[in-house]
Amino acid sequence: MIPTHDTIESVNRQIAEGKTSASAIAESYFSTIDAKDGEIGAFLALSKERAVAKAAEIDQLAKAGKPLPPLAGIPVAIKDVMVTRGVRTTAGSRILENFVPPYDCTAVARLESAGAVILGKLNCDEFAMGSSNENSAYKPVKNPRDTSRVPGGSSGGAAAAVAAGMAVVTLGSDTGGSIRQPASFCGVVGMMPTYGRVSRYGLIAFASSLDHIGPLTNTVKDAALVLRTIAGRDPMDTTSADVPVPDYVAELDIPVRGLKVGIAKEYFGEGLDIEVRQAVERAVDELRSLGCEIVEVSLPHTEYAIPTYYIIATAEASSNLARYDGVRYGYRSRKARSLSEMYRRSRDDAFGAEVKRRIMLGTYVLSAGYYDAYYLKAQKVRTLLTRDFDEAFKKVDVIATPTSPTAAFRLGEKTDDPLAMYLADIYTVTADLAGIPGISIPCGMTKENLPIGLQLLGKHFDEATVLRVAHAYEQASGSRLQASRSSA
Amino acid sequence: MSDTSKVTEQDVSYVSELANLELTEQERARMVRDLNSILDYIDRLNELNTDSVPAMAQVSDRYGVDESKQGSSRFAYASREDVKDGLRPSLPHELALQNAADADGAFFRVPKVIEK
Repeated sequence: MIPTHDTIESVNRQIAEGKTSASAIAESYFSTIDAKDGEIGAFLALSKERAVAKAAEIDQLAKAGKPLPPLAGIPVAIKDVMVTRGVRTTAGSRILENFVPPYDCTAVARLESAGAVILGKLNCDEFAMGSSNENSAYKPVKNPRDTSRVPGGSSGGAAAAVAAGMAVVTLGSDTGGSIRQPASFCGVVGMMPTYGRVSRYGLIAFASSLDHIGPLTNTVKDAALVLRTIAGRDPMDTTSADVPVPDYVAELDIPVRGLKVGIAKEYFGEGLDIEVRQAVERAVDELRSLGCEIVEVSLPHTEYAIPTYYIIATAEASSNLARYDGVRYGYRSRKARSLSEMYRRSRDDAFGAEVKRRIMLGTYVLSAGYYDAYYLKAQKVRTLLTRDFDEAFKKVDVIATPTSPTAAFRLGEKTDDPLAMYLADIYTVTADLAGIPGISIPCGMTKENLPIGLQLLGKHFDEATVLRVAHAYEQASGSRLQASRSSA
Repeated sequence: MSDTSKVTEQDVSYVSELANLELTEQERARMVRDLNSILDYIDRLNELNTDSVPAMAQVSDRYGVDESKQGSSRFAYASREDVKDGLRPSLPHELALQNAADADGAFFRVPKVIEK
């Protein structure tokens, strides 16, 4: 079965022309999910009632000839780390197995008020901790391009759902690469905006200074449309930035001629797969032929990004995850006789191995005697990593890199070696630490027919230029179309 | 793994207590191995001299800073208007209790806090 790969535009058009209805589209997506998701495992819950009601509302508007909102009838699915009122939200963890949130995440609410139809909740690594989706407490997700391979993580379900045509748009979250790396593995577009660009209200916290919400889509234009909808100040998240949101879609077609694209040798070193390197180099050539000037830049502290990330992210996680104690929500052990025993047993029973490992590492680096050596040290190196980008962006408008050093690896390949798994994020964590925006777009296939991702990084709050360059490349290369034609 | 392991089983016991985790015998052994391997890798940060580098707590430190003010009022994000302006109403009692493992309609119920 060939994925349909609708875009926001194509769905908009079909509804506006009366060729189909939002209800019929939702129904057809639910049957695609029925047919395919047994094998892929992208969904943890479906929100049929909510979807049917929203689709009916859109159809009413259309029937009455009223103007339709920008995302009218678009089938959307949400990574299960974003809370949804009345729809079970687990964060991929047993500890939230029966959690039904009483309110909506801001990004989800904004999508829905723009007309989107929420199909359901997407599988992910537990609390978004992982690079392969194998840390989900429920089931692994299979890569739709090759089901013996991982879809990447932690937004594995979000990438797989778009790649398999089970949603037109999904929302993922990115703390160390969790939108861009799975987008790259599954051959779709994944956009991480600037830190603070999209409200984190209702995003289940992993590492608060690094967490971002962003879209996964079939095209760059769709990513621009979704970002325009979810971006902007939200008084419910004090770290959401009060910076005007440009019309990303209107800026897409401004020619890229004359823009400067940076290339950093630190992203083309040891460990980079040869086929990935060649594909990214071809993409850079393509950008050159579009009139971009290619400029060498240096990001000298790149090799320190992974150790920095695993101190800061785990420290913040150990604090954020302290709230799961069996009292107000979530799993509670029935075996405990005292309060403190209840805390320990509830957490012991219901957290998975990777989550425990990160809580332990985070607690260790914050503990008395180690704070300066680890946590404070990492915060200082974070400054150095950010300065690297400040310097580079004095010379260039965007920086082009591979998204991941390899294409999708096999299920089980890295589960025994946490460090090897962490290194899958080596090219993506830097942007999270510096808070700059980044996108991954398909830029070719390996000989084994696995997608390869090109990453474009931009200046703080300059998603517009990142999207513009990505769009120009996508139009010129048509790689997305090739990729989807060659998929089964 | 290096023979000068940083993290001992004792450390793991101590940290697991701080983290409110119990961990099985098997989990503890694996944790010693994993934490040592990760911390060995993390050690490369010591190659960098950061004596004169300021720490960065979060990205928001880089914008919305009003240098004319003191303390946390320098930061735009330090003001919780969601609380100040009453934008975040308290959850109704019933909703707040609906996800609890044990509640009596008014309060969360927990096992004995102080043991005899």
